Amino acid sequence: MGDLTRLTAAELAAKVHAREVTAVEVAQAHLDRIAAVDGRVHAFLHVDHEGALASARAVDEALDAGQAPASPLAGVPLALKDVFTTRDMPTTCGSKMLEGWVPPYDATVTRRLREAGVVILGKTNMDEFAMGSSTENSAYGPTRNPWDLDRIPGGSGGGSSAALAAFEAPLAIGTDTGGSIRQPGAVTGTVGAKPTYGGVSRYGLVAFSSSLDQGGPCGRTVLDTALLHEVIAGYDPLDSTSIDAPVPPVVAAAREGAAGDLAGVRVGVVREFAGEGYQPGVLAAFHAAVEQLRALGAEVVEVSCPNFTYALPAYYLIAPSECSSNLARFDAMRYGLRVGDDGSRSAEEVMALTREAGFGPEVKRRIMIGTYALSSGYYDAYYGQAQKVRTLISRDFAAAFERVDVLVSPTTPTTAFRIGERADDPMAMYLSDLCTIPSNLAGNASMSVPCGLAEEDGLPVGLQIMAPAMQDHRMYRVAAAYEVARDAGAGRLSDRVPEVGA
Amino acid sequence: MPAISRDEVAHLARLARLAVTDEELDVFAGQLDVILRSVASVGEVAADDIPPTSHAVPLTNVFRADEVRPGLNQQQALSGAPEAEDGRFRVPRILGEEQ
Repeated sequence: MGDLTRLTAAELAAKVHAREVTAVEVAQAHLDRIAAVDGRVHAFLHVDHEGALASARAVDEALDAGQAPASPLAGVPLALKDVFTTRDMPTTCGSKMLEGWVPPYDATVTRRLREAGVVILGKTNMDEFAMGSSTENSAYGPTRNPWDLDRIPGGSGGGSSAALAAFEAPLAIGTDTGGSIRQPGAVTGTVGAKPTYGGVSRYGLVAFSSSLDQGGPCGRTVLDTALLHEVIAGYDPLDSTSIDAPVPPVVAAAREGAAGDLAGVRVGVVREFAGEGYQPGVLAAFHAAVEQLRALGAEVVEVSCPNFTYALPAYYLIAPSECSSNLARFDAMRYGLRVGDDGSRSAEEVMALTREAGFGPEVKRRIMIGTYALSSGYYDAYYGQAQKVRTLISRDFAAAFERVDVLVSPTTPTTAFRIGERADDPMAMYLSDLCTIPSNLAGNASMSVPCGLAEEDGLPVGLQIMAPAMQDHRMYRVAAAYEVARDAGAGRLSDRVPEVGA
Repeated sequence: MPAISRDEVAHLARLARLAVTDEELDVFAGQLDVILRSVASVGEVAADDIPPTSHAVPLTNVFRADEVRPGLNQQQALSGAPEAEDGRFRVPRILGEEQ
């Protein structure tokens, strides 16, 4: 039957639903692949062999009984970022604070996956509490980029992106607060979409920055990503910011786009995202992608979004502020780690000792930055001003989307950097999120699709496509059209990854 | 002059209930200074008459019928507790010596 791990999610689903292979065989093939390569990649923090095979068996039994598949992805394996709660697996958020914690409830995303018959293989590594751009901030050690094991797979969702690139799973779930789905997608040659804020429920997604956090789908192809998007998206009364509206028709858009015609689509190139700090090979691949869009019939214009320059500083005030409040819940009393409770120390002392021992340096830095930005005397100059900049960024988007249907830019200014290269320089690390942050602040939809390899290092580059809120389907159409054109000559880009450890 | 002093970082750590070490304070003081100087550029934007955005999606309050729905039972709620006793969370004493 060939190597099942090389197939797309859509191909696997078709084979399972046609009874050409069983869901158990598909799950076992991916579990075998994980066993073979994850010692080197370290994409997973937890692999649930028995649970995965049991849910695959349930899919097979339902099909045996003549039932229709529970969803278009029933029987397809998936890697779940370890920030979504799971009743049957630990949920650590990459932190010592939650080591071994098994939540008493499932996240809505987890529940929807299970109901759709998607087979959850395990939980993927991440920067601690999703704070980082390299997965080096995980308390359980870094994940390695399958394109070059000495390099980072992006972050915070580096476990999910690496699992895709290493063929350990055809689908993955990420979360994107400042780029944590899109930047890992870009540097591993995989697809990642941040849906419109409110499009996918945050219930059971451990909070980092609640006004920015957004779960979303990851895959190796645009269609697979769209299929997963429709499984996890939709209104959830358990999330107060969930949008009560129909899910944008992203699968239909991906299929339409695959026909390869972008006539009538207006594409805006963001002028501010180029120049100093951008790797030449990244810009070259990006410009070639823009020319490809033009060749597909799109009308390409340059668009200026002047306040995007201030998105990075605004984000690094707003996100830490919300983080300092959200992470106050880790108080050593109700769940998670407790340190120093020797009978003599007070709750306050135990709390401070626990948080000192349980949090890593980046989490501590952000908690302190947020505490500073929210304190009286600094609030107006920092947090208040950042919120005003947030308004201006939304206005830039609104003005741009008057003129164009989608905006494009490189997803991140460079290809994957080496592990350790930026670890001691927080500001250098933060620059990874330069192009992705505006869509988090404004809440609109945005995705990354691979656009070739940089000429100087042969590493993947991402094309970011941004669409207005609840117009997620627009970006999928453009991404799918581009993907078909990109692969017309050289074949599927994700297949060009070197064999891990070879 | 730094944007933030070592003493101020120590104060922030106390506010945030982080029992940081002296070595950490040395490192964090420098790093927080660099970060705060960089993010201070938001102040360059003339935004006096611009309303703040706290949330990308306009929020309205949502009500539901006041009906009992299933929640966590006691055993589930205590399942992740560092310590439990008699069906309750066991916590260290909440008052310090001086109180």
